[in-house]
Amino acid sequence: MSPDKMKSYWRKNLRYLFILLLIWFAVSYGCGVLFADSLNTIRIGGFPLGFWFAQQGSIYVFVALIFVYVYLMNRLDREYDVDEK
Amino acid sequence: MDAQIWTYVMVGATFAVYIGVAIWSRAGSTDEFYVAGGGVTPLANGMATAADWMSAASFLSMAGLISFMGFGGAQYLMGWTGGYVLLALLLAPYLRKFGKFTVPDFIGERYYSKNARLVALICALFVSFTYVVGQMKGVGVAFARFLDVPFETGVLIGIGIVFFYAVLGGMKGITYTQVAQYCVLIFAFTVPAIFISLQMTGNPIPQIGFGSTLKDGSYLLDKLNLLSVDLGFAEYTAVDSDNLVNMFFITAALMFGTAGLPHVIVRFFTVPKVRDARLSAGYALIFIAILYTTAPAIAAFARTNLINTLSERPYKEVPSWFSNWENTGLLEFDDKNGDGKIQYVADQSRNELIIDRDIIVLANPEIANLPDWIVALVVAGGLAAALSTAAGLLLVISTSISHDLLKSYLKPNITERGELKAARVSIAVAVVAAGLAGINPPGFVAQVVALAFGLAASSFFPAIILGIFDKRANQQGVMAGMIVGILFTATYIIYFKPQLGGPGTPDGYWFGIAPEGIGTLGMMINFFISVAISRLTPPPPQEVQELTEKIRFPRGSGEAHDITIH
Repeated sequence: MSPDKMKSYWRKNLRYLFILLLIWFAVSYGCGVLFADSLNTIRIGGFPLGFWFAQQGSIYVFVALIFVYVYLMNRLDREYDVDEK
Repeated sequence: MDAQIWTYVMVGATFAVYIGVAIWSRAGSTDEFYVAGGGVTPLANGMATAADWMSAASFLSMAGLISFMGFGGAQYLMGWTGGYVLLALLLAPYLRKFGKFTVPDFIGERYYSKNARLVALICALFVSFTYVVGQMKGVGVAFARFLDVPFETGVLIGIGIVFFYAVLGGMKGITYTQVAQYCVLIFAFTVPAIFISLQMTGNPIPQIGFGSTLKDGSYLLDKLNLLSVDLGFAEYTAVDSDNLVNMFFITAALMFGTAGLPHVIVRFFTVPKVRDARLSAGYALIFIAILYTTAPAIAAFARTNLINTLSERPYKEVPSWFSNWENTGLLEFDDKNGDGKIQYVADQSRNELIIDRDIIVLANPEIANLPDWIVALVVAGGLAAALSTAAGLLLVISTSISHDLLKSYLKPNITERGELKAARVSIAVAVVAAGLAGINPPGFVAQVVALAFGLAASSFFPAIILGIFDKRANQQGVMAGMIVGILFTATYIIYFKPQLGGPGTPDGYWFGIAPEGIGTLGMMINFFISVAISRLTPPPPQEVQELTEKIRFPRGSGEAHDITIH
């Protein structure tokens, strides 16, 4: 693989990581800790929203993030022909 | 059948299964012993990782902690799951591509230095050993309480079982045993939760149940908030704004610590491909999330049940489980105002009930009047959680000794058979040492485990991340970073932990950060020092830069293979 192509593969990988980790941070440290108090004024069913993010929602989002990453990277690997046969 | 017999039956049956699995899957080569031959499917690996990860603390203590902390308990929930996102995105695929057996292998090769490997080796041994001692203690406590044997005998039984299948099976045996243990522990954790959720809210899914309405039509959490405020406690779902910085740091220390724990990382060496390493982190987190999203529901149910059952109840009318737990000393009633009723309130001078938080999970089925076999099931689950974690940790310790120390340092031309034998001997020694330390542990279990996370976050995590993402990172920088990071964190923890003999008091905390959260700051210091010193010293040699380049692309991963000796 040419150096240019390798650089572009790596850059795309880093961009995926940046976006996914931004969501990771926003959901856990943002919704679950720093802004939980204000979010608690909103309710879904019996849950105050901040409480729900801290004790339930953030964990669901973590799981989703990993599977989105797996999907994106498998696609990227094929596109750049670096996937495992 | 009474609860005692049910317990013997459940524990005996599950142990027979573990031993059977261990015999069926024993290891024949170092490859199989260290990384299960690199042939474990992502699904099985995910389950084994989950069992490896969820310890006695997750199973027995966490829901109880949350029950008494309310909203703040989320630090454990997020902290012990969020690290898997970091593992899947930043570590697992690259370390799998690197394709060696251990974390010190990676550090030694990437930083082209035997000394760096030695520093990593010492950190790995230290972290794993503090962690495993806590597990052995958990095993002892569970046996002692439910099989009516002395605590020491409980630990010895635990040593015997782990000894048998870890020495025999290595990673291969441990992996398949852990799959069985996962099934036992998750069944044992969710079944009582489903029953209680149905009982209280009519909804069989606990995750939804604790946001639903009770029989009287009010929401469970609203009711719990009301009950808590009536007794002088803070609202259960309310955010403690003064604690936010501390909560932030503790959550982060647990997350980054998770991603830096050697016994978790080594899991991703056992799958066949880079693709599988990514996927297997995802499966692991699903399996972990089943328990971690159920735990806060159990916490809320247990808290509500506890207050409803005990508050203002005449002492003469308490249910039988109350007296049983009183006998163990983990539940105490002191009738301060002499009215014969139980006053459970926030005000310490009037409060008459002292409850050890560790009993919540074990007592929960009894509090909710569930049948005896469910109580027995919970005991078997707790033992599965403690044993599976202990086995995984012991394997890391034995690998560190036989592979990283013996083969890479002392006797480079040892034969494959000799190395396998050494691995078996060192795991045997480690089991016995951990058991003995578990009988006489330094400080409390929770304290010791908190130490392990802080140390992992402040030592390994930055070294591995920089090894993958910063080509310029060199041995001078990373070694300085690891040493300063781990020393800073250990010093702070020891200074501020009275249980470890430290003189510090909470008033002296930096920025209000408790010792459990200081690993986050230690990690930042490590990152800063590693990057700065790397830039001031010569870059790594060309071949190392090429290696760093190579691990970024999945193709050509192959099986985990043995290391080239420099």
